[in-house]
Amino acid sequence: MNAIVAKNLEKTYKVYQKKEGVFASLKGLWKRDYKTVHAVSDVSFSIEQGEIVAFLGPNGAGKTTTLKLLSGLIFPSAGEATVLGHVPWKRENEYRRRFSLVMGQKNQLWWDLPAQESFRLHKEIYRIDPQQYTRRIDELTSLLEVRHLIGQPVRELSLGERMRMELIAALLHKPDVLLLDEPTIGLDVVSQRRVQEFLKYYQVKQKTTVVLTSHYMKDVEALCKRAIIINQGSIKHDGPLSDILDKFSNYKIMDVQFDGDDMPPDFSQWGEVIEKEAPHVKLKVPRNKIPEILSSLLSKYRILDVGVQERPLEEVISEVFTEQKNDMAQSHDRKSMLKSTTD
Amino acid sequence: MIARLRTNWIILKTSVEERLVYRGDFVFATLIRFLPIVTQIFLWGAIYGIHTSAPLKSIKGYSYQEMVAYYLLVMVGRAFSSMPGLANGIANDVRDGTIKKYLVQPIDMLGYLFWARVAHKLVYYLVAIGPFILVFYLCRDYFAGWPDAFTITAWILSLIMAFLVGFLIESLIGLIAFWFLEVSSLIFIYMMLNYFLSGHMIPLDLFPEPLSQWMQMLPFKYLAYFPGTVILGKYSHQELIFELSIEVVWVIVLFSLNRIAFQQGTRRYSAFGG
Repeated sequence: MNAIVAKNLEKTYKVYQKKEGVFASLKGLWKRDYKTVHAVSDVSFSIEQGEIVAFLGPNGAGKTTTLKLLSGLIFPSAGEATVLGHVPWKRENEYRRRFSLVMGQKNQLWWDLPAQESFRLHKEIYRIDPQQYTRRIDELTSLLEVRHLIGQPVRELSLGERMRMELIAALLHKPDVLLLDEPTIGLDVVSQRRVQEFLKYYQVKQKTTVVLTSHYMKDVEALCKRAIIINQGSIKHDGPLSDILDKFSNYKIMDVQFDGDDMPPDFSQWGEVIEKEAPHVKLKVPRNKIPEILSSLLSKYRILDVGVQERPLEEVISEVFTEQKNDMAQSHDRKSMLKSTTD
Repeated sequence: MIARLRTNWIILKTSVEERLVYRGDFVFATLIRFLPIVTQIFLWGAIYGIHTSAPLKSIKGYSYQEMVAYYLLVMVGRAFSSMPGLANGIANDVRDGTIKKYLVQPIDMLGYLFWARVAHKLVYYLVAIGPFILVFYLCRDYFAGWPDAFTITAWILSLIMAFLVGFLIESLIGLIAFWFLEVSSLIFIYMMLNYFLSGHMIPLDLFPEPLSQWMQMLPFKYLAYFPGTVILGKYSHQELIFELSIEVVWVIVLFSLNRIAFQQGTRRYSAFGG
């Protein structure tokens, strides 16, 4: 059963082009140049119920725009989408009671009041049954370890604590679809991990369909099996995370430990040296040449240990983005340059 | 229906609690509002020349006593109709993206703001009722006595509707932010216009004809001038019914405009602010 289906979604904005200088600004008072920016173009995908999927992409790639479309915040310029059988931008209450959107640190909590007051308001807004409400609060606050804080004004909480409260507010009504835009942005490593662990546990238990965007590859690796890579407004990859490495990474990392000082002075014929500290060396090698390199090394030197690893996902993905960006710059395509300035 | 009422009640309660967080600031702001009335008493005393040998008997039908009473009553009217921060609040929500909250949750933004505002007002009356009674007691000599029950009922209705008209005009101005992100200068212009169009500055009948007549055709007079003059006995019972009916029509018109603006605005909205 598909929870989310998007077909040829497109969103274009008109953006006012402000020129530099006072004179240009004055001119802008009566005559303005607008540029059309394609934030998202021809985006199609479907997500099954209970699946957890990551949107990856650099700033301005169109991830957030896609989430905004799915949550009904904006209308598409073309294309269609259904979430739980509803068209999101119709903003029907039945739909709005069944999903949640958490956007960075944009808070839905009342700043001057304790979080429990906001929760109580949510209970009414989402018509949560009182017994279920008490149970949910108990469960969520203890899972996220903030039970002792729900009586404290939100403004006095730390960023990590506030983010966890935001998550509770978003999950109180047991949404079937959860849209998370950068859920761990700005958090320290400990808070980040706690949020990750919580999301993972919660998602498995509740079978919630989750779509998340994140810059932190750690989030993605911890939570998702499937990733959709968006760049310049369109989908570049949709499939298992592990496929990304096969598809985009032509290299692997080889860790070699030589016996004593018996070690080649120059490695350039085998691969690129990443780290060298005798008797250890770390090489970046073409993935299809590993057997060759290995036998060549073994025939000439005494080797104690060898390990072969995938490159960190983060590195591979950032490489993909940089390459695409370079291609883009070379083609001097001004229109697509603008894409990365929206969002 | 009952669930909806409950939601509104919780919004009201939460807003009251929020309002009470900064009590010091709140009490101070409430009390400072009474200062201008002192100036008015002295100013109009000088205009009527009450300390001279030949004081003016009336200006366009207002005696000196009535004039001071008018300002006192306008103060009450404005306690209902003024909406500090409403338009700006909506505009800011649109600009910085807070409005997303209202679009994503199964909640009506204008209804939510309305109940939050009712809560603010209730808290305000709670604090202000003491000073109001004191001021009216001290100024009792400016009033000719109690009007009849019909007039008092009309006055109470005019105050409640002053709240509605005030809310609807300001929220409408706030909603303009969907089209022009920056509305602070517009709000400033509105406040200046409101100052004399509502009768806050001087009673509307003091303006020359036909200006005065035109001003009476606008909804702004219900913010201060109308609730101010009801108690002064400026209207017959028939006229009161007529004026209140017109006011009801204005409330309906403004309400519809708000709904249209909200609907069109959210359509236009492209979720600014990431």
